[in-house]
Amino acid sequence: MQPETARFKELSRAALANDQLQRSMVATGPQFVLKRAKARAALPEFDDLRNAARDIKNHVLAHLDVYLEKFEARVQAAGGHVHWAETAEEARAIILNICAAKKARLITKGKSMVSEEVGLNEALEGAGHTPVETDLGEYLIQIRNERPSHIIAPAVHLRREQIEADFRRVHTDLDPARDLSHIPALVEEARRVLRQNYLDADVGITGANFLVAGTGSAIIVTNEGNGDLTRLMPETHIVITSIEKIVPTLEDASTLLRVLARSATGQDISTYTTLMTGPRRAADPDGPEEFHIVLLDNGRSQVLGTEFQDMLRCIRCGACLNHCPVYQAVGGHAYGWVYPGPIGSVVTPALIGIENAANLPNASTFCGRCEDVCPVRIPLPRLLRHWREREFEQHLTPRTVRSGLGAWAFLAKRPKLYGLAMRLAARFLNWRGRAGRIASLPLARGWTRTRDLPAAQGKTFTELWRERQK
Amino acid sequence: MPRVALFPTCLVDVMRPSVGFAAARLIEQAGFAVTVPEGLTCCGQPAFNSGDRKTARALARRTMTALAGFDFVVLPSGSCAGMMVKHYPELFEAGSADHTAALALAARTHELTAFLVHIARVNNLASEFPARATYHDSCAGLRELGIKSEPRQLLKKVAGVTLMEMEDAEVCCGFGGTFCVKYPEISTRMTDKKVERIIASGADTVVAGDLGCLMTMAGRLKRLGSDIRVRHVAEVLAGDYATPPLAEDDGDAA
Ligand code: SF4
Repeated sequence: MQPETARFKELSRAALANDQLQRSMVATGPQFVLKRAKARAALPEFDDLRNAARDIKNHVLAHLDVYLEKFEARVQAAGGHVHWAETAEEARAIILNICAAKKARLITKGKSMVSEEVGLNEALEGAGHTPVETDLGEYLIQIRNERPSHIIAPAVHLRREQIEADFRRVHTDLDPARDLSHIPALVEEARRVLRQNYLDADVGITGANFLVAGTGSAIIVTNEGNGDLTRLMPETHIVITSIEKIVPTLEDASTLLRVLARSATGQDISTYTTLMTGPRRAADPDGPEEFHIVLLDNGRSQVLGTEFQDMLRCIRCGACLNHCPVYQAVGGHAYGWVYPGPIGSVVTPALIGIENAANLPNASTFCGRCEDVCPVRIPLPRLLRHWREREFEQHLTPRTVRSGLGAWAFLAKRPKLYGLAMRLAARFLNWRGRAGRIASLPLARGWTRTRDLPAAQGKTFTELWRERQK
Repeated sequence: MPRVALFPTCLVDVMRPSVGFAAARLIEQAGFAVTVPEGLTCCGQPAFNSGDRKTARALARRTMTALAGFDFVVLPSGSCAGMMVKHYPELFEAGSADHTAALALAARTHELTAFLVHIARVNNLASEFPARATYHDSCAGLRELGIKSEPRQLLKKVAGVTLMEMEDAEVCCGFGGTFCVKYPEISTRMTDKKVERIIASGADTVVAGDLGCLMTMAGRLKRLGSDIRVRHVAEVLAGDYATPPLAEDDGDAA
């Protein structure tokens, strides 16, 4: 799907007017916040663990090439294949080749944001395969032909009634009179529908939360167990993930897992944590015959060594989305592409270009809650500001903003003139006031359309202070 | 007597000088001499947050020069104090003279309530202010400077103030500098959520330490017809109830 980030303003306006979405956001957002707060309170060393998590990631990013090569060698030693994909297109081509060689019809898929990033489902369908998402949230957005609206809860924007309607629309071979009025019934129906797919699939595709250089393992965490069935049952398993997911050792992975689950859902640890190392060995009771790992770069290595490098520490826990007042107001789809929320606003310009995504880093009050909760301490407001700097340097900042800023800067550098201008402004903003407020001001419609402007008191502090000193 | 430079901030200067006077009174009562230096305009935050580092740097240099030689610099704003404490040093290359000056300034610069509690060690306030007040934590003060208990501690010392916590006191009010005019619909929704919490708290007055947030909350409260009063924390601490609350005049205040 083409990015629609340029339409952020329009999409966010529609989102604010969408009652169903608003009700979903109000029902779910505060829950995530509460659960994380509880998990944090229950673990005194949580903030120390965050430091450790940050340090592990920083170390990896400083030696990324070393760990990637080590990882590749270990995967090969375990009998697996490693594929390097510089671009989204290459990643799709690699996977299509494998699927073609296997003459795959049905392909089961575990949840993967990287798969969304490269538009894998569209490519698979285009080549005549049938991809089926097995994570409940991903399945829902697949049958609705939507993008995920949250990085760990892709269907968080949906209400139960919408899901019921979708199931009745899609699962036409089931009894139309069945009762779907409560959530467990929906989950049960999804399970039943998906079960046969696991058995019939020719290829299983999953993402990875972490890659362990020391052992050549990929790790996924899920709460539904769908990842295990997706990777175990088919003859071929493909992992699609990105290069920054690497960690040195299993111990490092476990440190990150501890902060991941707590930050994401408030769990001590996710329900299922799966380590995948190579294809099935002779003594294994089950497992895939072939094991492939596709490692996507897609611009990430370009970020190394820049002021944006810290974004590569992200472990995609979603905490910054859950705590972001802008995300909570407009939901994920307004961001117009794959990654929403604060981290999305930092990552998206790196992946599709700041010229296509300038709205995202601008749509922030820099309130700082995201940085406050990030398990790997990514300074998200600072990175957003760096994007605004790039935008400004490249003269992409809208002309009105630029000239307004220019005029203001001209004055602010000239205290005498500035003082005069402020004295005039104070008088004007006092004179326009009725009952202490200004209901409408031509040059400040953005403000006065929905709120009054408190009137000024009439003189500036500086002039009153000087008067009193005399 | 230690010398304090009071930087009123550009918003207080134009919109609400009474906040500056309240701050000056509080600092003087705590035993410091207050000066308002010449040559101050704006700390440069609008430029910094718009990605214009060059202008931000130029304004930071001017501000640093104007504020040189004082024992302390105090601002009735967590946001502008945060700019000077956290971000001025980021604007200059480590080791440069400007960087050294920025670090020195950062060490001497304080938001008003933090100054009163930690530097002036104010134990008593003689003031009186009749209000059931709820305190909104402005983002920069809270998350850049760690200001949370200071304003509350001081508000409790004012005769007549009953402090009532609102839910989500730490969530952004929707102001965000230029954000509120660039994305007015999102900003308004954020303010609406804040307003809901303020009303639910049962308070008759909402208090905060940043004029930007106060103007945002007052503007929306008044547009919605609420009679909840909006006040800068300095006004309450100084017992300045004679000045009408934000977006009200003498008629409303009576
Ligand atoms: S930026 Fe931090 S909080 Fe946001 S998803 Fe990534 S790891 Fe989680």
